[in-house]
Amino acid sequence: MIDMSPNLTLVAVIVVLVAAGVYLLLERSLTRVLIGLVLIGNGINLLILTAGGRAAGPPLYDPEDPGAPMSDPLPQAMILTAIVITLGISAFLATLAYRSWQLNRHDEVQDDLEDRRVAARAAADRAAYTDVDTASDTSLDEEAAEVHDETALEEAGAAAAAGAEPGAGTEPGAGPGTGGGAGA
Amino acid sequence: MPDLSWAVPLPVVLPLSAAGLALAMWRHARAQNVISIVALSGVLAVAVALLLAVDDGPLVLDVGGWTAPVGIPLVADRLSALMLTVSSVVLLCVLVYSLSQGNQYGEDETPVAIFHPTYLVLAAGVNNAFLSGDLFNLYVGFEILLAASYVLITLGGTGERVRAGTIYVVVSLASSLVFLLAIGLVYAATGTVNLAQLAERLPDVDPGIALALQLLLLLAFGIKAAVFPLSAWLPDSYPTAPAPVTAVFAGLLTKVGVYAIIRTQTLLFPEGRADTLLMWVALATMVIGILGAVAQNDIKRLLSFTLVSHIGYMVFGIALSTDAGLTGAVFYVAHHITVQTTLFLVVGLMERRGGSTSLDRLGGLAKLAPALAVMFFVPAMSLAGIPPLSGFLGKAGLLQAGVDAGTPLAWVLVAGGVVTSLLTLYAIVKAWNKAFWQGAPADLPETTLPKGMVGATAALVVAGVAITVLAGPLYGYTERAALTLRDRGAYTAAVLPDSGRGTGQSDDVTERENGDDAGAAEAAAGAAGAAGEVAP
Repeated sequence: MIDMSPNLTLVAVIVVLVAAGVYLLLERSLTRVLIGLVLIGNGINLLILTAGGRAAGPPLYDPEDPGAPMSDPLPQAMILTAIVITLGISAFLATLAYRSWQLNRHDEVQDDLEDRRVAARAAADRAAYTDVDTASDTSLDEEAAEVHDETALEEAGAAAAAGAEPGAGTEPGAGPGTGGGAGA
Repeated sequence: MPDLSWAVPLPVVLPLSAAGLALAMWRHARAQNVISIVALSGVLAVAVALLLAVDDGPLVLDVGGWTAPVGIPLVADRLSALMLTVSSVVLLCVLVYSLSQGNQYGEDETPVAIFHPTYLVLAAGVNNAFLSGDLFNLYVGFEILLAASYVLITLGGTGERVRAGTIYVVVSLASSLVFLLAIGLVYAATGTVNLAQLAERLPDVDPGIALALQLLLLLAFGIKAAVFPLSAWLPDSYPTAPAPVTAVFAGLLTKVGVYAIIRTQTLLFPEGRADTLLMWVALATMVIGILGAVAQNDIKRLLSFTLVSHIGYMVFGIALSTDAGLTGAVFYVAHHITVQTTLFLVVGLMERRGGSTSLDRLGGLAKLAPALAVMFFVPAMSLAGIPPLSGFLGKAGLLQAGVDAGTPLAWVLVAGGVVTSLLTLYAIVKAWNKAFWQGAPADLPETTLPKGMVGATAALVVAGVAITVLAGPLYGYTERAALTLRDRGAYTAAVLPDSGRGTGQSDDVTERENGDDAGAAEAAAGAAGAAGEVAP
């Protein structure tokens, strides 16, 4: 039976590293987020180390002395890989923070403006986009009257054909002036 | 058919070597173009060959000749080969598209010198994730593709891209850490990270621990696949990147997450204990994702939300845990990669022709660029699931699987799927009306669309139609893929033939095994592979 009970000191270190890392991850400043990610990464690396069992000899198999105590080398190999990856990504994140500082004089993680706009429109109960048909000031009743009155419709059609570019004034409700472009 | 197992690592090796070569040739843009196109065409050829070859059974290669549970195997089974093929078609088309775009814009829009090596590294990472037969190697594959994607999403380092890239990088890093944590715990519980050996050992692990491991892996892959409520980062970060980058991210990166979910759920946790949870997640992803799409006013964001929404269909198929459900999910992945990438490429063309991606400012494109309208219309209708296009076939397969399952929750999901499909149609038709039928704005940029961009997009549209035309054989293939996924014996037997070890050789071990010294062989294998092997 392999002894898999972990070293308590290591467990305590893992807990502190990950807890501090999560706390920093919740900050707005990218530099703190970066430090938080590095701390969590180190905590998890230690966790993988404890997964290798209790500390023993070097992680090398000695053909001269097959019975010599040795530790499991695989977790150490995995940790090395993870360290290299975390290092590279941390460097990238640091440059990203620096670039953000260059551009904005701070490295705070910013909100998505378009997301805010959509939310504000929804809160104000407005359509997500402006419509050619709704851009006219006339009410629905007036538009309906206009459509039913065939002479008015012809006039509107003639005006649209004369005014805006072809194909723009095809909606009966749209006035000649608004038919040309989407209201910004 | 000749043994093609030597070709299994090529989809990783080719783009990775080409990336180094392209980086060395950074002064010679033309040479870089040739290198990238040759490398990705090579990958496509290999992928098609593998697709045909693995129909007879999975191909395994132990990397470096190291025996399987100790060394790292690369495994190509039907699912891997299908994903490889679809992704290499997409990668190649997007590359041609971006080359043409780079030629037009000049250096400032896409710094081509960095773009090529990074793009090739991304391809290598995606292919590595598809082929990996080892959980830690899967993590490495993820990291390769993510590192490349960090560079691509912040190309040029403009303010908006730095903002979006920051969110993307931090969220991806967090998910990678969760994945790493899961790997550490899996290793602690079972003493292996080899997927085939895990499949054999996990049933012996305490059920509570196994469930925790399953949920941790699902959490890590769920963030990458962007399932609700882990999806908020996606519509935030994707739309700001250059059009070809967004297209390839939308097509491939989330699907790598879905692939990882399929692989781990079917191979490692076949009991389906998370199925109810996954069902609810799938429902929420579908419905909330598409409601988000309906609210959007920018077509790139709208498509990003439909992307999130349609991940729900795939999760639905996985969560059913039936052959039919899995078949539908795999088919849907193949369909969705192609269609979603095409749509983002078309939006790139629309942005160039119409000068904007905002639905307020686009207009009249049906008259200005009828070919563009056709190229948008076909994949858009496929996405919405209009018969007879591939989206309809995929959705029909999934809904049929849901009806066959017959549980109340499955019926709820079927209803949710239909509603999502209708709302997708609504969102797409809204975009169509605004961008193509509304009156054209006054100030249009005077541009003609480059042939390469149009050609690459048209090629992907044709690929999407081909999925529809060839749906019969393809559906048969995905059906067989689902059967091999559900029958785990084929996978484990291929990776670990009879003796429980792979086909690779390490001299010491073979000598000892031949010398009939079972104890020493066990010690050697244990020292390298088993958990916490501490000699007395």
